[in-house]
Amino acid sequence: MQAIGPDGIRFALPKGRFLSSASELLDAAGVSFEDYSSKTRQYRLLSSRFESLSAKILQEKDISVHVSVGNYDLGICGRDWVREMKARYPAAALVEVGSLPLREGAVYLATSAYSDLTCLEEVKRSNRTLHLVSEYPGVATLLAAELRLKRFRVFPVWGAAGAYPPESADLVVMWAGDERDLVSQGLRPLKKLFEVDAMLVANSGSLSARDMSEVLACFSGRLEVARNAGDVPVADGGGLPQSGLLTAWQSREIRLALPDGHQKTPAVELLERAGLDVPGYAGKTSERRLLPGIDWLAVKVIRPQDMPLQVASGHFDLAVTGQDWLHEHLCAFPSSPVVELLDLGFGKVRVVAALSEDVPVSTTEELSRFVARGGFRPLRVASEYTNIADRYLRDNHIGAYKVMPTWGASEAFLPDDADLLVDNTQTGKTLVENRLKIIEVILRSSACLIANAESLRAPSKKAKIDELRAMLAGAVNETG
Amino acid sequence: MDTQSEPQLLHGKCRGMRDMLPGDMLRFRRVEDAFVDACRAYGYEEVKPPTIEYLQLFTALGTLTPAMVGRVYSFLDWDGWSGERVVLRPDSTIPVARLYVENLAPRSPVRLFYVTNSFVFEETGRKNRERWQCGAEFIGGAPVVADVEIVLLASDVIARLGLEDVRFQVCHAGLLKALIDELDLSAQDKEHLVESVLEGDWRGLEAAVAGVADRKRYLPPLLSLKGVSSGYLQNVRALSAGAGPEFRRALDQFIEVSSLLDELECSYEIDITAVRSFEYYTGICFQLVSSAGEKVGGGGRYDDLIPLMGGPNIPACGFALYVDQMMLLLDGRDGGTARAAVVCDDSSAGAVRRTLEVARAVRAAGGVASVGIKRGPEFTGRFRWVLRVASETAETVELTDSETREQVTCSIAEAVERLVS
Repeated sequence: MQAIGPDGIRFALPKGRFLSSASELLDAAGVSFEDYSSKTRQYRLLSSRFESLSAKILQEKDISVHVSVGNYDLGICGRDWVREMKARYPAAALVEVGSLPLREGAVYLATSAYSDLTCLEEVKRSNRTLHLVSEYPGVATLLAAELRLKRFRVFPVWGAAGAYPPESADLVVMWAGDERDLVSQGLRPLKKLFEVDAMLVANSGSLSARDMSEVLACFSGRLEVARNAGDVPVADGGGLPQSGLLTAWQSREIRLALPDGHQKTPAVELLERAGLDVPGYAGKTSERRLLPGIDWLAVKVIRPQDMPLQVASGHFDLAVTGQDWLHEHLCAFPSSPVVELLDLGFGKVRVVAALSEDVPVSTTEELSRFVARGGFRPLRVASEYTNIADRYLRDNHIGAYKVMPTWGASEAFLPDDADLLVDNTQTGKTLVENRLKIIEVILRSSACLIANAESLRAPSKKAKIDELRAMLAGAVNETG
Repeated sequence: MDTQSEPQLLHGKCRGMRDMLPGDMLRFRRVEDAFVDACRAYGYEEVKPPTIEYLQLFTALGTLTPAMVGRVYSFLDWDGWSGERVVLRPDSTIPVARLYVENLAPRSPVRLFYVTNSFVFEETGRKNRERWQCGAEFIGGAPVVADVEIVLLASDVIARLGLEDVRFQVCHAGLLKALIDELDLSAQDKEHLVESVLEGDWRGLEAAVAGVADRKRYLPPLLSLKGVSSGYLQNVRALSAGAGPEFRRALDQFIEVSSLLDELECSYEIDITAVRSFEYYTGICFQLVSSAGEKVGGGGRYDDLIPLMGGPNIPACGFALYVDQMMLLLDGRDGGTARAAVVCDDSSAGAVRRTLEVARAVRAAGGVASVGIKRGPEFTGRFRWVLRVASETAETVELTDSETREQVTCSIAEAVERLVS
């Protein structure tokens, strides 16, 4: 177990849904951290009471990974991410110390309210290939095995899982506040898999080798026995009548995925210049199915990270994503039937390899030699692009390395929790602020239009895709 | 840091994986040869399924328990953008059943055998994660006669290996399932009992059986079935007049098989707990146990597997020997030919050619020859014979028998004859 500070105890604190409740609980338990609030810009925090205790604020899914690899001794994260970690890596060094009295929703198996699968029994009996979409692919795969699904495929996604059924998936395994939350998204809950409580987790090596009793004692009165989740009673009867929007959406021949998040604003501008009217896309709406002015085009708003896989599997004909995510996908699946049709010019980033300014290495070749001489043992690599990172390291004959997946703000992991960063940067400013230096630009990326190769072979689709491509190409050229 | 310790290997083997060294491979081949020879003698044909299969082959049919599924090596293939996961096969019976349904069905009966590895994750990394097995499947074999055949085949392999200490424990998965069905429990409780027995936990079943009503007094004796004869089974049968038809049918079949084995003087023990991971087993089951109590093989009847896979409604049974465990029971003796070293102290091109020719003559006569130019210390002890070639033109060789230390100079033909005789 390397990289645990030689003296201090390191605690990983969650961002997001558990942040304020965990902060209150830590205060009440007498384990306060300065600046642990949603306003903080700090990643690293100090304990107000224990000198040896420090903390970092991380995404919950990063916490299960980094406590397992031993970068943190203790952490707080939702049961869903603990389950996912354990489902993927049963031997992960992650100990569930106990459940904290903080509860945020549950993880459900659901289908579209308009699906012909109206109950769990029908799902089990189904003979067709069921597509499961989930942010928890490990949990979803185990569930498919438990339910003895006859044929299934699991599609991991970064987010917006609820937007996939019924057209792009049969089933979704997702987190939701409650059943009403699912119903309001046009979904039908089939089974509540488990409630999501915040868990106190520990690295098993730390727990057996280090004295953390003072800190653990603060939690002793606050741990609960986890509750079991039961099946959700499902209302009988068939599917709901088809909604007008859904019918109209499904009847359109060409399906286009548009990005949410950072890429949305420049995408909206490009569509405007192209004269492609997509009502409801601009602004802050939560509707993910949109009907553009062109009557053969259906639009769904999903994460750009998920688009190459979704286009490859034929759930969409076209998507506006980044070349970085396309490349990441092709590194994993070289024979994937996804092609880039057009460089859209916006969203320019570089995917770079960077490491701490303190490391006496300034090129990839030097890094390779440094690792060969035992400079890092092994080289710990943090990346949002695990496949690009893996290929970069392999192609450059870097000796021993491990790639740890991260979900954003990867620069915060260096130098304590990782040695090398493979991540995107626009200006390089954040890297400099974190005292990191770029040793290689692996890829220059901008937004692009991608297509499914099968769709391009279908003459009727091809003509429409060409038309759309021409509209967008015109708009790109306009900006020069 | 520990700079004083041994220099670390730059690249060691993966955790949970095993290098098979020459001594291991001698043992491995002895098991394999005995198995292959026995299978051929019984008319079995060899097949080899691929290493990688689709994950759903193992998840969909109830062929592996979810606990097992949680331990498979599964991943997305290079073309896994379709979302279909593949797996390094965790078991071989299921792939062979698939192979049959896809290629050979509805031909029946079909007797198949294979030597394969399978991959199961194990946390500590101290046990092998890659396991080898020698398996035989009798597809289309009707109950009783086929059950007896595979037990005889397995015991034939054991006999060929000269392993007198390996015991056969026989039980009946169908009887165990019927027994659980006979209990007055809810469907959910029964399912739970099956699951815990699958995991090797019998306490729940014992408690449930201990509490049965008087009219089901035939149930408790079944759980103490251990090391008994077929006569004991007859007694249980006499008491179980009130039992359901499934129970009676399973018990009759069990009695029939055990009586036949008795008559064929095949030694075995009845042990109801000898059934593990019987998820796909439906009838007679058996396991092979070494004197140290180690399970070295097992098998049984699995009538539902072929139809579940979409194949014809054909019964089947089979068994596998766990090669890694069997190897521990054997010594590393090299039962093969005495080996010869053909050596020459002269490294001129002509002398080397001469040496290679002599070695070729030894091999052509069916001997085993290794060549060494400049006789060195590696040619002591490991070879029964040492043939020394003096020079390019030498018509004679100096032949040394390392066992007797006798040394003669003779013609090449004489030397070859002597060492292959």
